[in-house]
Amino acid sequence: MNDLSKPAHADEIKPPSTEVGVIGWVRHNLFNGVFSSIATIVVLGGLIKVLPNFIQWAFIDAAWFTSGQQCKEVEGACWSVITQNIRFNIFGYYPYAEQWRPLLAMIILIAMLIYSRDWNKWNKRLGYAWLFALFVMGLLMKGGLFGLVPVESTKWSGLPLTLLLSFFGILASYPLGVMLALGRQSRMPIIKSLCVVYIEMIRGVPLITMLFMSSVMFPLFLPEGVTIDKVLRAQAAIILFTAAYIAEVVRGGLQAMDKGQYEAAESLGLNYFQMMRMIILPQALKIVIPPTVGILISAFKDTSLVVIIALYDILNTTKSILSEPEWTGFSTEAYIFIAMIYYICCFSMSQYSRRIEKELEYKHIDNDDR
Amino acid sequence: MASDQNSNSRTYFWNDQKTRAVLYQIVTAAFVAFLGYYLISNVQTNMAKQSIASGFGFIEKEAAFEIGESLIEYSAADTYGRALVVGVLNTLKVSLVGMILTTILGTIIGVCTLSSNWLISKLGTAYVELFQNIPVLLQLFFFYALFYEIFPGPRQALNPVPGVFITNRGVDFPVPAPDPAWTWMGLAFVAACIIVWLINRWARKRQERSGQQFPAFWVGLAILILLPALTWSLSGAPTQMDVPELKGFNFQGGRNISPEFSALLIGLVLYTASFIAQIVRAGIQSISHGQTEAAMSIGLKPGMVLKLVIFPQALRVIVPPLTSQLLNLTKNSSLAVAIGYPDFVQVAGTTINQTGQAVEGVALMMLVYLTFSLLTSAFMNWYNKKIAIVER
Repeated sequence: MNDLSKPAHADEIKPPSTEVGVIGWVRHNLFNGVFSSIATIVVLGGLIKVLPNFIQWAFIDAAWFTSGQQCKEVEGACWSVITQNIRFNIFGYYPYAEQWRPLLAMIILIAMLIYSRDWNKWNKRLGYAWLFALFVMGLLMKGGLFGLVPVESTKWSGLPLTLLLSFFGILASYPLGVMLALGRQSRMPIIKSLCVVYIEMIRGVPLITMLFMSSVMFPLFLPEGVTIDKVLRAQAAIILFTAAYIAEVVRGGLQAMDKGQYEAAESLGLNYFQMMRMIILPQALKIVIPPTVGILISAFKDTSLVVIIALYDILNTTKSILSEPEWTGFSTEAYIFIAMIYYICCFSMSQYSRRIEKELEYKHIDNDDR
Repeated sequence: MASDQNSNSRTYFWNDQKTRAVLYQIVTAAFVAFLGYYLISNVQTNMAKQSIASGFGFIEKEAAFEIGESLIEYSAADTYGRALVVGVLNTLKVSLVGMILTTILGTIIGVCTLSSNWLISKLGTAYVELFQNIPVLLQLFFFYALFYEIFPGPRQALNPVPGVFITNRGVDFPVPAPDPAWTWMGLAFVAACIIVWLINRWARKRQERSGQQFPAFWVGLAILILLPALTWSLSGAPTQMDVPELKGFNFQGGRNISPEFSALLIGLVLYTASFIAQIVRAGIQSISHGQTEAAMSIGLKPGMVLKLVIFPQALRVIVPPLTSQLLNLTKNSSLAVAIGYPDFVQVAGTTINQTGQAVEGVALMMLVYLTFSLLTSAFMNWYNKKIAIVER
């Protein structure tokens, strides 16, 4: 060390090559210490052993557009199980000739979702656009008007059913959850205890029991002669279940609100509903957007549980393809495909929540500066 | 709005907030009561019409169905009550084993995601992203399919370690043949645990009093190993093992872990671990770096910094969400019904199918899981009180 004396051309001296660039990065991030080096070598060794085999299996030796018989002679993956059955896998028992209708409905739904991802665009016109889109989607699925062949809801299956159950599950459970949260915060003892009992009871049991309830117990609750179809009952179970979780998240937001907000609103002479609608909820709901999206993601994943009460969502159509003799033994490939669909949906939702979280942080800083 | 005393008299009673609150509540309560009455009367008519018995009398009746695996003696001639107990025990079995494994795995992965090693932290993050975003039911199906499609039949069993066989009928492994020595060893182990606890307490008190340290960890470890070993050699040192052998079409002897149990356990553990990893990471990140620096500056070694300063504080953040994840694991174990593991929901479902008593069956299901979650939240409240920061 030449302590304080400055070298003549300090700015010309470059850092040692082992500290910067690729070598520096590798040293700092992969081999910083004995344990780290060992771990890196072990992991790299494992990857070198597994990855080529996987690529060989999944791509090089794979069969893409063959029949099930030919597939059984192939060494690698049999993606034919998906490519040959894709229409049944996605649309299930929806009439073959009419499958463009759910496809169009799904495209409308996804397009609307992508268009309304930016909340600066949320206004009344968008609301009407959504109402119209929902009407068109319902018409496409159900038929019966404008020369469309009517299709029973028992035939709705595959990906449209998954999206339907999760979209309406989310849409309807949100206001119900907010109401429950407000009820739990209420000063009226009877309403409060009803809400508490409901929320805690639902959160204490698995979704399966709710689905069982909808499939075996609910028919007993109805008066004679009245039947509600199975999809709707499962939908109701999902809504009731998700609402309890939303309620807890919203309660967190309500509790995080400054008491001054309530007092200020009351001092302006606003009544309870005005106060909630104009002052408290807009702020409280904004705080809890990230955890809410978390709940929505798990609601989306949980729709797969309808398999257990024998509804044909996308997981169950896959299972019934795999139970055909021609395609037994290719579950790995089929399940990987379905996993990818779920992954893409859930991952984009969580990315969205992260983006909103960042936006909220920036706004917060802006407010502090002012 | 009434602002002073006098105008109170002019307020109509329906404009009074208190009266209104009472009114609202009466209306709500009446509505709920009416709904309940309506539904129950419907159930009664429907059940009478379909001639389904009501009440819990079926618990005493003969179940007449077999259960694949059971921790207690059970046959089809036993009662529904016993079958349901078998189901509860199976649920508890998979949940308890799963909780232990997933906590360990989740902690390891959580620490990995914070590693300074780029490769390790990316792998950890990739794991969390992957397993969190795929429904647990799909994962269960996947692992179950792996078992019966990839693994060979008993005749071509995989044999990774001598005595252990992996087949599409599960994992067979040897267990020690029954001998009284094992009971004694178990007792010796329990005794050793108590002694170690006492030594630890004494060592801590002595250190607080005199500052002298005692190598409690090494002494404890020695007692834990030596005491059972000594009992083993004193009680005749039995070495007889019960090894699984291929007889006919399947293995005889040893212990078998069924593919259903294995698939359920693997699926639940891997899925829940991805959530626990995130909780652990958030917990460690919540401790400010100043804590580490302060602890180092008073001369604690890095290991002690972790043990005495970081960990106790991080636990305060970690434990509440961790408990709820472990409870989630218990609730998700009800998905066993989809792959045929006889957990409580499956047994109750079979009971409903046979007796037709859906209301009682579903009520039992809810009751069992509600008990689990009430116990968990009781534990959580106790723990939160115990570790709460003592403020002035």
